[in-house]
Amino acid sequence: MEQELDAEDVRHVAELARVDVTDKEAEEFVDEFNDVLGYFETLDDVPDDVEAEDDFENVMRADEPRPSLSQDDALANAEETEDGYFKGPSVS
Amino acid sequence: MSTSDELNSFVTRCDIDGGEGPLDDLTVGVKDNISTEGIETTCGSDVLDGYVPPYDATAVERLKNAGVRIVGKTNMDEFGMGTTTETSAHGPTRNPVDTDYVPGGSSGGSAAAVASGDVDAALGTDTGGSVRCPAAFCGIVGLKPTYGLVSRYGLIAYANSLETIGPMARDVETTARVLDAIAGADERDGTCSAESEDYTVAVENADGDLEDATVAVPEELVGEGVEEGVRERFDDALETLRDEGATVREVSMPSLEKALAAYYVIAMGEASSNLARFDGVRYGPGGEGDGWNEAFADARTRFGDEVKRRVMLGTYALSEGYYGDYYDKAQNARALVRRDFDEVLDEADVVASPTMPLTPFRLGEALDDPLQMYLADVNTTPVNLAGVPSISVPCGRADNLPVGLQLTAGRFEETKLLSVARGFEKAR
Repeated sequence: MEQELDAEDVRHVAELARVDVTDKEAEEFVDEFNDVLGYFETLDDVPDDVEAEDDFENVMRADEPRPSLSQDDALANAEETEDGYFKGPSVS
Repeated sequence: MSTSDELNSFVTRCDIDGGEGPLDDLTVGVKDNISTEGIETTCGSDVLDGYVPPYDATAVERLKNAGVRIVGKTNMDEFGMGTTTETSAHGPTRNPVDTDYVPGGSSGGSAAAVASGDVDAALGTDTGGSVRCPAAFCGIVGLKPTYGLVSRYGLIAYANSLETIGPMARDVETTARVLDAIAGADERDGTCSAESEDYTVAVENADGDLEDATVAVPEELVGEGVEEGVRERFDDALETLRDEGATVREVSMPSLEKALAAYYVIAMGEASSNLARFDGVRYGPGGEGDGWNEAFADARTRFGDEVKRRVMLGTYALSEGYYGDYYDKAQNARALVRRDFDEVLDEADVVASPTMPLTPFRLGEALDDPLQMYLADVNTTPVNLAGVPSISVPCGRADNLPVGLQLTAGRFEETKLLSVARGFEKAR
């Protein structure tokens, strides 16, 4: 975890995260990212073999249809719809 | 111009009268990341500009059933990501105690509306301190309930394993009354199956609750990072607790040294996954571009800097080759934090510390240095890792700015926590 990120790394992460950043933004994020990732090094000496106990249980129910949002309500906030479906950009 | 307009505590105004019920004497503000049927809900973000939820969050539905009057959606750091309410797309909220200062965050609009007397109570959300920090900075009471006591159905998710909806008010009793209305099992949230108790009655009967109480003070939360004025008010608070018969003792919780970093790794990781839903197709303004990926990435340029930062850092920390260094380590640290709380709360009734190690920032002071802002969350974030309940109650002022006392109890021990908080409130 010693290596420092540069603007190229920031642009790569931005692409993975599907967030467009300008070159100027990428430059500005470099120092902030390195500050934060540097701080995360405080986790380096946390042991790897900690037994985690939590008290959550899976909640199960029969897979039966129930009333839900109407199609109109579910689509009401979409910019584009067609024949009762969301309409998005093409996936190619 | 009303006080609340100057403070910018509300994003959207409304007037929904719940009718008759046990809380029909209360006006309430609801944080802008909690769904309200028919009322615009933006999470303080341009990404959700114009979004009108088709349903109520469970907490909102229950408040309406209890008779409250909901008067507006309160301002917040964008998607809850901030400690000052300055990252909102709707502009910063100001602290009613002194408008040159921030109200804390991310539930800063809720805190300012309550502190200024604009509403009797408000709902906030707390992922790493977002109810307790603004409560401390504005001089009011704010409760982060046990994870699983209040349904998250209808809360627009930022970090599911950490966040809770919590009540804020000017006194402990009103806080307990609101908790009574919103707490308890909900089949629409698989993590919310706890039976609630009668918190208001517990607070009304809180006499002599401090006499046999044991209060643990972790040395890790009262060290050199705490400002002198805050330290003095905290020492006064401990003196008050002792005068009322409580036993105060210092303890060590070594895992707390790792908690802040673990919190940010986990919160950013969950954020990067949760916020992937904002693609501009199903809600919010769409993006332009040649095909899905381009349009998606363009729609998301509407995120503010802090959200971009956290989504990108979360993506990085979860990416191949780095996952083990960050996320696995953070989860192990989280397990150690839980264990430390379990052990200390086995022996003590509550853990006490200053809520925030410092008094409120001046407006604009912390915005350009994200890491400095994160470090201010050092006392509040461990609580969310452990899932335990925690309350901030006012304990005086330093440099004329409010200071909060943070009290934390074991899981589902809200009755005890609220009674101790009420005992302290009465004794001050």
